[in-house]
Amino acid sequence: MPGIYNTTPSGSGKPVRHHTLVVLVENQPGVLARVAGLFARRGFNIYSLAVAPTDDDERFSRITIVVDVESSPLEQITKQLFKLINVVKISELDPADSVERELMIATVKADPSVRSQVIELVDVFKGSVIDVGFDELSIAVNGDPDKLDDVEELLRPYGIVELQRTGRVALPKLERTPPRLKSLQNRSA
Amino acid sequence: MEPNEPTNGGAALIRALELEGVEVIFGLPGGAILPVYDPIIDSSIRHVLVRHEQGAGHMAEGYAHVTGKPGVCMVTSGPAATNVVTPLADAYLDSVPMVCITGQVPYAAIGTDAFQECDTTGITMSITKHNYLVSRAEDIPRIVREAFHIATTGRPGPVLIDVPKDIVDPTNARSALDWYWPTDEEVVAGLPGYRPTTKGHPRKIKEAAEMILAAEKPVIYAGGGILKARAADALKELAELTGIPVVTTLMARGAFPDDHELCLGMPGMHGNYTAVMSFQECDLLITLGARFDDRVTGKLDEFASKAKVIHADIDPAELGKNRTPDVPIVGDARLIIEELVSNIRSMLEGGRTQADITSWRSTLSGWQEKHPLHYDQPVAGERLKPQFVLETLRDNTPSDTIVCSGVGQHQMWTSQYWHFNHPYTWVNSGGLGTMGFSVPAAIGAKVAFPDRMVWAVDGDGCFQMTAQELVTASVEKIPVKIAILNNSYLGMVRQWQEMFYEERYSEVFLSQDVPDYKMWAESMGCAGFRVDSPEEVLPTIQKANEINDRPVVIDFRTDAAEKVFPMVASGRSNSEVMVHPSQVAGIGER
Repeated sequence: MPGIYNTTPSGSGKPVRHHTLVVLVENQPGVLARVAGLFARRGFNIYSLAVAPTDDDERFSRITIVVDVESSPLEQITKQLFKLINVVKISELDPADSVERELMIATVKADPSVRSQVIELVDVFKGSVIDVGFDELSIAVNGDPDKLDDVEELLRPYGIVELQRTGRVALPKLERTPPRLKSLQNRSA
Repeated sequence: MEPNEPTNGGAALIRALELEGVEVIFGLPGGAILPVYDPIIDSSIRHVLVRHEQGAGHMAEGYAHVTGKPGVCMVTSGPAATNVVTPLADAYLDSVPMVCITGQVPYAAIGTDAFQECDTTGITMSITKHNYLVSRAEDIPRIVREAFHIATTGRPGPVLIDVPKDIVDPTNARSALDWYWPTDEEVVAGLPGYRPTTKGHPRKIKEAAEMILAAEKPVIYAGGGILKARAADALKELAELTGIPVVTTLMARGAFPDDHELCLGMPGMHGNYTAVMSFQECDLLITLGARFDDRVTGKLDEFASKAKVIHADIDPAELGKNRTPDVPIVGDARLIIEELVSNIRSMLEGGRTQADITSWRSTLSGWQEKHPLHYDQPVAGERLKPQFVLETLRDNTPSDTIVCSGVGQHQMWTSQYWHFNHPYTWVNSGGLGTMGFSVPAAIGAKVAFPDRMVWAVDGDGCFQMTAQELVTASVEKIPVKIAILNNSYLGMVRQWQEMFYEERYSEVFLSQDVPDYKMWAESMGCAGFRVDSPEEVLPTIQKANEINDRPVVIDFRTDAAEKVFPMVASGRSNSEVMVHPSQVAGIGER
């Protein structure tokens, strides 16, 4: 499924706006079902999902959800999400103002005649070979979703046997202006 | 029970309910919940044994509606849990505080399709404010405290606690715990994701106060949140301070007295003409604890299209859900209204004047004169007019009578024709529209206030859904009174088929003579009456009012052709409200 993330899906013609919600929840049984249920009940498809504990005592988990909806229903669903007792915090990340990472692992056809080409390609994308078979290689690459789309596209001609991508995780982009300069800018504005 | 005293999950559960101040549990025992029923024998809590678990849920709701305290019901696993699904959904949509305890198969058996097993927390996830599957006995005191906290604060709602049998069964080692009782602070600290906003934003409130003083055609749209927030007195103060008329939704009937000169009554699909049109023509809609339900707005695009909107609600998700407000205020209705009043008062004292609303007020009273509620008087020999029965009942019962209804024509007529002059005297199923609500809800209300008169106005279709709870009422000595407006039809569906399906009546006729309601009532231990003629209406009501040792059922034989007017057809604009045919000539002269 190349290109489902930030670009126009083939065939549909209209640009798709994706939203990333980062939801901090209490790490309790059933909490993922509650969150996912809110999307399902409104007929929204979750494209990508990542869940993991966030702190040492595992009291909280962070759920990163990528969903394709108009912003107005998303605002309502965000409010409904926040009504869930176990949801502690929600932030909506704009792809332009955040850094995003995914991990892709794949098994690729690579008989001895093309093996070095595949390894070279993986190297270019700073990936690694994680398993080697007689005529197949398993590789791992991490990076932003666009980069993984590219890797996928370039590997396809060799023959992808199996491919998995994790859900996306994201952080807001950091402040790049020193605080003193920023206050000066604000004053002049 | 002392701190750190060894105990078991079942005893701890009942002790926790006692400490939460529970007076009564509505329920029905069964296999998985058996160990919790044993300590009930020694408890101070009254248990009302129902005949069907749906009844337990609606009784808990009825109790909660009239007291404001959370209603509690307790049932076993599997089919019992699925039987309370309807009341839970009902309580969720009408924001009724309720705590429901369900039995569950032993923890280790969950997911094995064990006898009477169902995924109760999964099934009820979307119809409860929150639910719990208890996994350890030591969690019980904390979970019970959290459940009551969640059910009663913020926007109230039902909370379910699913309790596996092994952790409440004293013969099982997994039920052992050392007693403790969390403090309020511990409860709050244990719920980091639950912090309802109660105090409205001062700047928004000030903005709203400015708009209220500037509006020439303002109207207050008061919803069920007024009652939930115990804000009826504050609302009256706001209305009287500003002279702004008040519309009370189906869920807010009684939140503002019907006999008050500023009361316009009920809006919406079967609201009265003036209330409906006041929304359409106003320039400021002051929305307090209401949610722009489709039954109120009609076609949303054309609802109150000339108005600026102030929307105050404790649930932030309601703001902008259906109508984008000009001034949104999140918070408790009572606190917000009190702040509004004090803002307006100090602005007036500081020399600000309020816009002149006298012309608006006279427009409204003109509509009231031209389009009062109306029904044709019966022709001799015809069946009773339901409105006549209601007026007679209304005029011959104390003003603090608690009135419950089911869902359908009889519900709309009751809301229209009753004069609700006290808050918490009206109990009905608004959001979910649950037929069969009234009999058990009336029982719950009567348990809460045994000294007050409780009348359920029911339809014959509704009555047949939950009438078995009158056995409960007889046995438990809960003397509720039931007025069945019996037109032999599913009346509201019949009305739609008559008006919108070319009088093609599909599956709406119940039966002319079966069941015999008088005999049925008597067989359930109630006094039973049947009334066919207008002359019998008053004496029979008087007789019923004097019976206090058992429930009473009156079968009023009413006219099936009678329809509820006014009516806004589904999906149409409120401006296209259909008034009673006899008033049609008056339309368009406004």
